Amino acid sequence: MARIEAEVGKPQGGLMKWIDDRFPMTSTLKYHVTEYYAAKSFNWWFVFGVLAMVVLVIQLLTGIFLTMNYKPAAAEAFASVEYIMRDVEWGWLIRYMHSTGASFFFIVVYLHMFRAMLYGSYKKPRELIWLIGMMIFFVLMAEGFAGYLLPWGQMSYWGAQVIISLFGAIPVVGDGLVEIIRGDYSISDITLNRFFALHVIVLPLALIGLIFVHIVALHEVGSNNPDGIDIKKHKDENGKPLDGVAFHPYHTSKDLVGIIVFLMIFSAVVFFAPDMGGMFLEHANFEPANMTATPEHIAPVWYYTPYYAILRAVPDKLWGFILFAMAVVLPVFLPWLDRCRVRSIRYRGWMYKTALTVFVITFVTLGWLGLQAATPTYVLLARIFSVLYFAFFLLMPFYTAMDKTKPEPDRVVYHD
Amino acid sequence: MTEDDLDRNRRHFLTVATLATGAVGAGMVAIPFISSLKPSARAQALGAPVEVPLGSMQPGEMVRVLWRGRLVFVLRRTDAMLASLPTVAGELRDPNSEVVEQQPDYAVNATRSLKPEFLIVEGSCTHLGCAPLEDFEVRPAEGWGGGFFCPCHGSKFDLAGRVFKGVPAPTNLRVPPHRYVRDDLILIGQDSGAA
Repeated sequence: MARIEAEVGKPQGGLMKWIDDRFPMTSTLKYHVTEYYAAKSFNWWFVFGVLAMVVLVIQLLTGIFLTMNYKPAAAEAFASVEYIMRDVEWGWLIRYMHSTGASFFFIVVYLHMFRAMLYGSYKKPRELIWLIGMMIFFVLMAEGFAGYLLPWGQMSYWGAQVIISLFGAIPVVGDGLVEIIRGDYSISDITLNRFFALHVIVLPLALIGLIFVHIVALHEVGSNNPDGIDIKKHKDENGKPLDGVAFHPYHTSKDLVGIIVFLMIFSAVVFFAPDMGGMFLEHANFEPANMTATPEHIAPVWYYTPYYAILRAVPDKLWGFILFAMAVVLPVFLPWLDRCRVRSIRYRGWMYKTALTVFVITFVTLGWLGLQAATPTYVLLARIFSVLYFAFFLLMPFYTAMDKTKPEPDRVVYHD
Repeated sequence: MTEDDLDRNRRHFLTVATLATGAVGAGMVAIPFISSLKPSARAQALGAPVEVPLGSMQPGEMVRVLWRGRLVFVLRRTDAMLASLPTVAGELRDPNSEVVEQQPDYAVNATRSLKPEFLIVEGSCTHLGCAPLEDFEVRPAEGWGGGFFCPCHGSKFDLAGRVFKGVPAPTNLRVPPHRYVRDDLILIGQDSGAA
C-alpha cells in the first residue's frame, strides 16, 4: 500500500517514460482520447461511429476464424461452409456472427450516414471526412459483394453473375474488364479464388487504412454536434471548449451503454433469426451453385436493393448501369450540393425537412421494391421513386438555398 | 553553392525526367500483375469445344450443355416453331441479326442457325447474364408465340433467340461458334473456319 501511495503525484516514470522517449504514446492518447473534446450535447445519433468500429472488430475476428476452415475452391467451398456449420465446434456461431455482422455493418453505417444528413456533418470544414467516409462505404459494398460469393450457393453465383455483368455495359472496355474481374470466361473456381483474396486481404486492408484517416481527419477538425455549431468558439482559461467533454471517460462510458444495447440486439438476431426470414441469408443460397439454372426469383441482399431497384427500373442496359452508378456515387457531392447556411436540421426550414423525409421514405421503399419480383406495378413504382431519389440530390442546391433558416444558438442546447 | 547558382531549368528537367522514367518503370511492372488476372492458359484450355449428339433429340426438345463454363441451349425446333419466326419479326429489336458480335456469319439468316431445325444459342441473357427459362407454350391471348424468358429482369427472346423490343436486354442471344461433325453430332466451340 505504502509503495503505491508514494507513487501518486509523482511524474510518470518507469515504463511509460521509457516508451514516451521513443514513441509518442502519452501525447497520442491525450490527443485522440483523454483530451479529445466533443460536445456534451451528443444524442444517440452520435453512437453509430463507435458501433461501426465494434462491428468491424466482430467481422475481423470472426472472419479470421472462418478462414481457418473455409476452402476457397468451387469444388469445396459450399461443403466447407456446411462443415463449419455442422462439424466445427461452435463453427455455426462464428459463421452466424459473421453473416449477421455483415447486415449490421450496413445498418450501422446507413444510420451513421443519416446522422450526417440530419446535422450537416458533411458541411465545411468536414467535407474530407465525408469523402473518406464515402470511400469506406464503397469498399464496404465491394467487401460485402466479394464475401457473398464465397459460400458458393445459388444466390452467390447468380448474384455475382448479374453484378459482374453490369461492368460489361461499359462501352469499349466493358467486355475486357469483365474478363479480368472473373479471370475466366464465366464465374468459376478462378473467380472464387480471387474474390477470396479480395475479401480477406485487399479490401479489409483498404478499409482499415481508410477508417484510420477518417478518424485522423475527424480529430483534426473536431466532431459535429446536434446543433451543428462550432464548440471551439467558447473556450475556458485552459483552452478547452466550454461545451465539450473529453472523449474518455465521458463519451466512452456513454458509448458503452450503446454498445451493450447493440450487442443485445445483435445476439438476439444471431441466436433466434440468423437468416432474418431470408433477408440476411437468402433461402436460395442454401442450395449449391448451379450454372445451368438461375433461381426463379433473384435479388441481392437487402443492403444493395435500393440501388438494384433503380437499375431494374431502367429498360436499357447501359442507362441502367449509368443510373445505378450515379445513385451510388451522388451522395459524395453532398457537401457541395447543400447550399444551406446552417448545418443542423434543428435550424433548417421546412423545405429541407420535407426533402429529407421524402428521401428516407424513397430509400426504404426502393429497398423494399428491390427485394420484390419485377411486376409492371412495382417497376412503375420503382421508376417514380428513382426520380424522387435523384431529385433529392439534384434539386438540393435550389431548395437548400431558398429554405428559410432559424438563427443558430451561440452555445449548444440541451433537451432534458 | 548559393541560391543564385541554382540552374532551375536544369533541376526542373531532372525532376520531370526522373518522374517520367519512374512512371514508365511502374507501368511496365504493372503489366505482369494485370496480365496475371486474365484467363490463364489452363482456363483457356478448359474452353475446349464440346460435342453434343443430336440423334436422340425429339422435336421440341431442348438440352443444356456447358461450354467454357457457359450455358448453351440446343433446341430441336418443330415445324410450328419455325413457322412462328417470321410472324414476330415486327416486335423484335434486331430481327435480321445485324449486330455482328452476336453470331458467326453462318448464323445470320432467318433461323439464326446452320440447319433450320436446330437452334444453338448461349443460355446467357444479354442483359446481365442470367439463364433465361424456356417458355415454349403458345398463348395467343398474351401475344406470346413461345420463346425464352429471363426471370431476373423480364427480358424476352423468340425461338431464334432474338430479343423483343421494350426489354432491358440490348441484343439477341449469342450464337456460339459451332459446326456439324456429322448429321447427328455437333461440336460447340469450333467452326469449320477455325479448324
